[in-house]
Amino acid sequence: MQADSEEPETMEFDVLIVGGGPAGLSAACRLKQLAAAAGEELSVCVVEKGSEIGAHILAGTVFEPSALAALFPDWQERGAPLQTPVSRDEILLLRDSETASRLPNLLVPKNMHNHGNYVISLGNLCRWLAEQAEALGVEIYPGFTAARTIIEDACVKGVLTGEMGVARDGSHKPGYVPAMALRAPYTLFTEGCRGHLGKQLIAQFKLDEGRDPQHYGIGIKELWDIDPALHEPGLVVHTTGWPLNENDATGGGFLYHAQNNQVYVGLITDLSYSNPHLSPFDEFQRLKHHPRISRYLAGGKRVAYGARALSKGGFNALPKMSFPGGLLLGCDAGTLNSSKIKGSHTAMASGMLGAEAVFEALGNGLKGAEISDFAQRFQASALYRELYAERNFGPAMHKFGNYIGGAIAFFEQNILRGSLPFTLHDRLADHASLKPAAECSRIDYPKPDNRLSFDRLSSVFLSNTNHSEDQPVHLRLSDPQLPITVNLPIYDEPAQRYCPAGVYEVTAADDGSGKQLQINAQNCVHCKTCDIKDPSQNITWVTPEGGDGPNYPNM
Amino acid sequence: MTILVLAEHDNNTLNQASLSVIAAARAIGGDIDVLVAGENCSAVADAAAAADGVTRVLLADSPLYGHFLSENLALLLSRTGHAYSHILAAAGTTGKDVLPRVAALLDTAQISDIIRVEDADTFVRPIYAGNALATVRSDDPVKVITVRPTAFDPVSAEGGSAAIEALPAAEDAGLSAFVSAQNAESDRPDLASADIVISGGRGMQNGENFQLLENVADILGAAIGASRAAVDAGFVPNDMQVGQTGKIVAPQLYIAVGISGAIQHLAGMSDSKVIVAINKDEEAPIFQVADYGLVADLFDAVPALENALRDAV
Amino acid sequence: MKVLVAVKRVIDYNVKVRVKPDQSGVDLDNVKMAMNPFCEIAVEEAVRLKEKGLASEVIVVSIGTAASQEQIRTALALGADRGLLIETDEEVQPLDAAKLLKAVVEQEQPGLVILGKQSIDSDNNQTGQMLAALTGMGQATFASAVEVTDDRVQVTREVDGGLMTLSLKLPAVITTDLRLNEPRYASLPNIMKAKKKPVAVTTADELGLALSPRLKTLKVEAPEPRKAGIKVADVAALVDKLKNEAKVI
Repeated sequence: MQADSEEPETMEFDVLIVGGGPAGLSAACRLKQLAAAAGEELSVCVVEKGSEIGAHILAGTVFEPSALAALFPDWQERGAPLQTPVSRDEILLLRDSETASRLPNLLVPKNMHNHGNYVISLGNLCRWLAEQAEALGVEIYPGFTAARTIIEDACVKGVLTGEMGVARDGSHKPGYVPAMALRAPYTLFTEGCRGHLGKQLIAQFKLDEGRDPQHYGIGIKELWDIDPALHEPGLVVHTTGWPLNENDATGGGFLYHAQNNQVYVGLITDLSYSNPHLSPFDEFQRLKHHPRISRYLAGGKRVAYGARALSKGGFNALPKMSFPGGLLLGCDAGTLNSSKIKGSHTAMASGMLGAEAVFEALGNGLKGAEISDFAQRFQASALYRELYAERNFGPAMHKFGNYIGGAIAFFEQNILRGSLPFTLHDRLADHASLKPAAECSRIDYPKPDNRLSFDRLSSVFLSNTNHSEDQPVHLRLSDPQLPITVNLPIYDEPAQRYCPAGVYEVTAADDGSGKQLQINAQNCVHCKTCDIKDPSQNITWVTPEGGDGPNYPNM
Repeated sequence: MTILVLAEHDNNTLNQASLSVIAAARAIGGDIDVLVAGENCSAVADAAAAADGVTRVLLADSPLYGHFLSENLALLLSRTGHAYSHILAAAGTTGKDVLPRVAALLDTAQISDIIRVEDADTFVRPIYAGNALATVRSDDPVKVITVRPTAFDPVSAEGGSAAIEALPAAEDAGLSAFVSAQNAESDRPDLASADIVISGGRGMQNGENFQLLENVADILGAAIGASRAAVDAGFVPNDMQVGQTGKIVAPQLYIAVGISGAIQHLAGMSDSKVIVAINKDEEAPIFQVADYGLVADLFDAVPALENALRDAV
Repeated sequence: MKVLVAVKRVIDYNVKVRVKPDQSGVDLDNVKMAMNPFCEIAVEEAVRLKEKGLASEVIVVSIGTAASQEQIRTALALGADRGLLIETDEEVQPLDAAKLLKAVVEQEQPGLVILGKQSIDSDNNQTGQMLAALTGMGQATFASAVEVTDDRVQVTREVDGGLMTLSLKLPAVITTDLRLNEPRYASLPNIMKAKKKPVAVTTADELGLALSPRLKTLKVEAPEPRKAGIKVADVAALVDKLKNEAKVI
């Protein structure tokens, strides 16, 4: 390795934004709008690890347009890709693999009504937001990772981009490009759920002090072409219960009818599950066989696949969002509204709030001093009111399961309208919730039929994931032996099952000797589940080479 | 309607691929002339005349064509070819080099790498590296076409008795000169263009065991490949990888040994003409694409295969 | 000596193509697009010639929709000097592409034209050869090494069964194969600089040409998946089948 001490080449901006998702792009647009209104020059730079904006974006998505309307009141004239209004809402309680009952409309929690919302591709919305941002003068650089934060004098000063052209052994290949320093008085971290820099910032600046641990889900989703006769544009189906309830896990499925005879089908599995034999991927494959789902997919063709963790701890787990030199926004902090299972509009709203705070700070001559009133600004916002109102939803679901938990949430949200005088807490972190494998029943998942259900590798194939082969493994083990010495005997190494991309395999010789953990890093879809769920917290997700990872179209 | 086929050869022997191109010409229908352009290549003309279904052989024997320089060949072909309904060549490096130049000189479109003849004007060709098949129609009076040889069963090399006519050389384009040729160094052909490929997967267990495949490859003149799992496990270097992130191969025969057959591997070899799978797991997905599957322990089967081939080939 | 490089915007090589259900083509909506990998190698080769002092200017030209500006900018970030987009929303087939490029060659008078050997979408492998024919230049396809001397260029080509080296009079056309070079990464500062480099936009009309696609695509289908064959009992049966049934050994 060459000396790291060489001073990297530096570029300076007024505001640097890490991550081109809904939060980051909304912040960028808002900053430029504010600067234009004030007649000021303001340089705003967005770096994005995906090969293009939208490449790594994966969400449901039933989109609530409130934040978009606040950012661009004329979004319709501007051609924002919100083409499919929700036409009908269904909530199904799946009792088992065959039967279901439909929750009467009256009993559907208020927050689950989707009138006025749209079935969209969040990736495509981000592509559109990026166009708006560039037209406003934002500099967007996809294909560049923010590998490390620059922290000087306990203040974030920017980020170092990832090096390019490093071989697996750490040596420099021909064409090696060193890291660059991107510096700004304020850096907004909008990496999405479990951002690898956000995680470090939370630890370094103790942003989660006094908060509940963040809670997560793993969302796995597919895009299907279906029989036009079965297609009902705007139909939104949510499911709860089976299959996760068979293994005391929580979460929910979804089936959204988009345009062009396509549907999104997916399952969110809460990562608080306790049985290490559970496989969120296989649970999702099972879900598709339920008659209430398969009736739409039968005869269809799977087009795309992806997976992404989501931060769903809500208000109780939301860390402090400000620190010297920057803000932590969107799902990087955890602004998702888990009762609505919607994080896109709240991410956008948090990005806009962040932009307003930073613009004001710069106007006041601050050059990176912590925006200490961000908490008040946040608490005064509609976003805060929304998150506060749903604060008991996640913990209730976790503590009491989908049925009773849902009832509490229902009671609270429809009768009390969020004014329940107590707050439920959920203080067990997701990585600590696994029980030893020996105490749990094994789960025999059915073999894929290759019509409705598939294996991991043929799924990853449809995520268009690629990582250049000769580069360091971007899934770092603090202790390389631990998966075999600890995780395997106690938990039957759950990484083999929680990873939705087949990254982790325990291999052995024919006689069972020589067991080792094989990390197929090229398959990684950047969902971050391993970083979250590893019971030993031994896996750290770091950025691979810029531009690597999935290439999601229309997801 | 007469079709002109450009013979591919090395001045001594007619390439087998040309027999497949003649087969494609027969599928179009009409008389078939074969142009043999080269230097001291009368033996090739004789071979072409003996091929089944050939009407006439045109022999342009001149130092101008000894190294198949495209500028000179294109001049000859464009001069001769305008009288034909179709001009065909194998989609090898010579045909791919020369025919577009001929097409441009004739102001006609070229249809590349056809795998099926629908009718005299309509052809099927792979696009997007074989991930889609396009059916295209040409209304040009002369259709210039390259043919994927593996898609057409070759006509018999015997049975024909076409007349051989000498064709005078065209002028020297004077644009390029041959400097040198270097045949592939080893006996081992290049993975991407080999006629036979034998690949090992994680079932090989280590790099040393690839010697088993080498032994078979030596007999068959095959190239050696590997699945990504074998590469990731460190058995063999990455340049041997066949698959989505490695090389895309389409040999006549692909032998997959100890390879489970993940779709990422299939993406790199499923256009092979014949696929053989040797795997002890009879549920391995590789058997879903294999023409011949052998459920067996590779450490027994591969040495047995070596012995059997030694006798058979 | 000017070097002209042609680049094409294509679906990214990492993206699995999906044939549209109506068989009209391949779905390109919101799909990641990129510079054709062989074109990237062409740009890299031209930039290396400039860095060696053998080329004075690298001009990059693309034919396609306004979005092809992105690929021209990428080429500029890799070191090309200026760009030209021949803008059209229509399908451009190789013969038309060659005619348009010929018009550019007549304007720019490059000493060398470098193209990718084929684009990974239509897989035609024609445009370079056609351009060479139309301009009366010599051609070296499938290049794996390029050496420019005073008024000639020596090119090693990857041909079936080995390598072949040619010497061509300049000006000449070269098409690139994979092993010619490994393209560099575009660095952030170079991407920024590329935004300020000039890109001219013209049309076929302005070049005095009209597009006339000759081939009509009737339909585009996904290939039939391979079907499982038979299981053989033992090695002897396998060898027998390969020899006498499949006839591949």
